[in-house]
Amino acid sequence: MSLERIADSSPATEEDTVWKEETGWLDRVPRAAKMLFVFAVFILLWDLVTRFGMVSRIILPTPYETLKDLIFVGKNLLTGQYMLGALWITLKEVFYGFLLAMLIGFTLGVIVGETAFGEQAIMPYLVAIDTMPKVAFAPLFVAWLGFDIDSKVALAAFIATFPIVVGTAAGLHSADVNSRNLFRTMGASRWQTLIKMKLPMALPQVFTGLKIGSVGVMAGAITGEFLGGGKGFGELIRTAASQLNTPRVFSLILYLSIIGLAIFTLVSFAQRRIVFWQKDRVSTGGEG
Amino acid sequence: MPAAAALTETPPLGAPVYQLRNVGKTYARNAIKALDSVNLTLTQGSFSSVIGSSGCGKSTLLKIMSGLIPPSTGRVVLQGKPVTGPRRDIGMMFQQATLFPWRTTLENIVLPIEIRDGKAAAKAARDKARALLELVGLKGFENTYPGELSGGMAQRASICRMLITEPAVLLLDEPFSALDELTRDFMNMELQRICTSRNATAFLVTHSIPEAVILSDVVYVMKPRPGHIAEVVEIDLPRPRTLDMMTTPKFGAIVEHIRSRLDKEAFI
Ligand SMILES: Nc1ncnc2c1ncn2[C@@H]1O[C@H](COP(=O)(O)OP(=O)(O)OP(=O)(O)O)[C@@H](O)[C@H]1O
Ligand SMILES: [Mg+2]
Repeated sequence: MSLERIADSSPATEEDTVWKEETGWLDRVPRAAKMLFVFAVFILLWDLVTRFGMVSRIILPTPYETLKDLIFVGKNLLTGQYMLGALWITLKEVFYGFLLAMLIGFTLGVIVGETAFGEQAIMPYLVAIDTMPKVAFAPLFVAWLGFDIDSKVALAAFIATFPIVVGTAAGLHSADVNSRNLFRTMGASRWQTLIKMKLPMALPQVFTGLKIGSVGVMAGAITGEFLGGGKGFGELIRTAASQLNTPRVFSLILYLSIIGLAIFTLVSFAQRRIVFWQKDRVSTGGEG
Repeated sequence: MPAAAALTETPPLGAPVYQLRNVGKTYARNAIKALDSVNLTLTQGSFSSVIGSSGCGKSTLLKIMSGLIPPSTGRVVLQGKPVTGPRRDIGMMFQQATLFPWRTTLENIVLPIEIRDGKAAAKAARDKARALLELVGLKGFENTYPGELSGGMAQRASICRMLITEPAVLLLDEPFSALDELTRDFMNMELQRICTSRNATAFLVTHSIPEAVILSDVVYVMKPRPGHIAEVVEIDLPRPRTLDMMTTPKFGAIVEHIRSRLDKEAFI
């Protein structure tokens, strides 16, 4: 019997054996619905807690009060009133702080990650400074740079610099033996190896540092405003809190978190565009 | 540029190109004697293989020959000049393809040119790179990123990268061991064709005895602890070699001989 015959003689009348993998019903619910559910439960609990007076209104406003204030602040921002000015100041601090952190962090990261001197002589100090509570430097920055945005920029940058240094240095160390050997056999100079191999290879980790830094930069700017005054969003929060206007504090924090999220998303977007190859293997294999 | 001059003054066929005298290597880190007094001479246009059990020092030998690490003892001379570091006239290929994912296949292939002679030269070498890609059956993949290539395709692309600088000596460390047998046979025949057409001298590290025999003029059998060349087997099969030869009794006899030489110590 030829092969075709054998194939032909298989029973054709029987049904296909298509079967479904078992999935729980929760897996089939759309993600948005699940998120909405958690949100609804949260609001419900919040509402219950406040409705029956378990907590003082001053400590925890009702969801409704908070929503009202959210709309109020939103309107104020959209119509360009004083809160927009405050937001603008904070945004400027965040922007300059992040820019400064990127410049310093990347440069230091390359020095520490690429040179033996940097690794042996500079890195220990960086680690030592990194373990300090950086917020404690805020009064110093105010004393040095004044009550204007400079001191907040400095604190924001100070906090965001370290993750970028660490990310860059770790990224530079991540180049595998194969790639190093390959570049050596091609007769590449140290500079060429850095530019054409190590830095591109470091990019995913540089971006990890940038993401962590982008969160810290916001915290730095707001802390700076709490401790050093000025006319930013942090000052609005501080004022509202001192007036026991808790709904306002809540809504201001919410708007800040939206901005924080936006910055984070922006960095993630840049990462997807610049490190377009990520998820692919960096190179194939591992032997030396 | 002296290296370029060395490329053009190709010595006549059969003249010694690579000479290793009493080459030994002791790794300082763990005081392991990886190589002990290796002597070998590669002649112009010859194809040699080194075969031996895992850990017997094959990669170490290749790294010393390529100038990646210095020997502890002995003398390595290529085309009349001592090897004291990576050299332009050496093309090296590793077990892994090591293509860079942020460069297209074509950009990966012209990378050695870009590093040696700059961006403009790399651009000028693109046509040559395309021709090489066509040679290894990767036409149409010029602008794909390595992430989208299969393992075998990536390995073929890395051959192109090695060949683009037209090195006088090819040092190959198990270049095809990650490939399936059919692709591997095909790549081996390609390798032979490329080497003959360029009159290149090749030195191949492999674990496969048939692969070593079908490609080589000389097979060096290495033994471990410390790594040394235990036997030199001349393969006098006619050239060009074809895959059909692998079924001849003569081929089988040579393979058997080498296998018996390896068996004696490989699994002690
Ligand atoms: N960088 C190193 N430092 C210390 N010892 C090393 C180093 N590289 C290799 N060795 C030792 O040298 C010996 C030979 O290693 P080598 O990599 O040359 O073997 P090999 O023949 O290529 O093996 P394989 O076939 O598995 O690739 C081994 O005993 C290994 O432990
Ligand atoms: Mg090896």
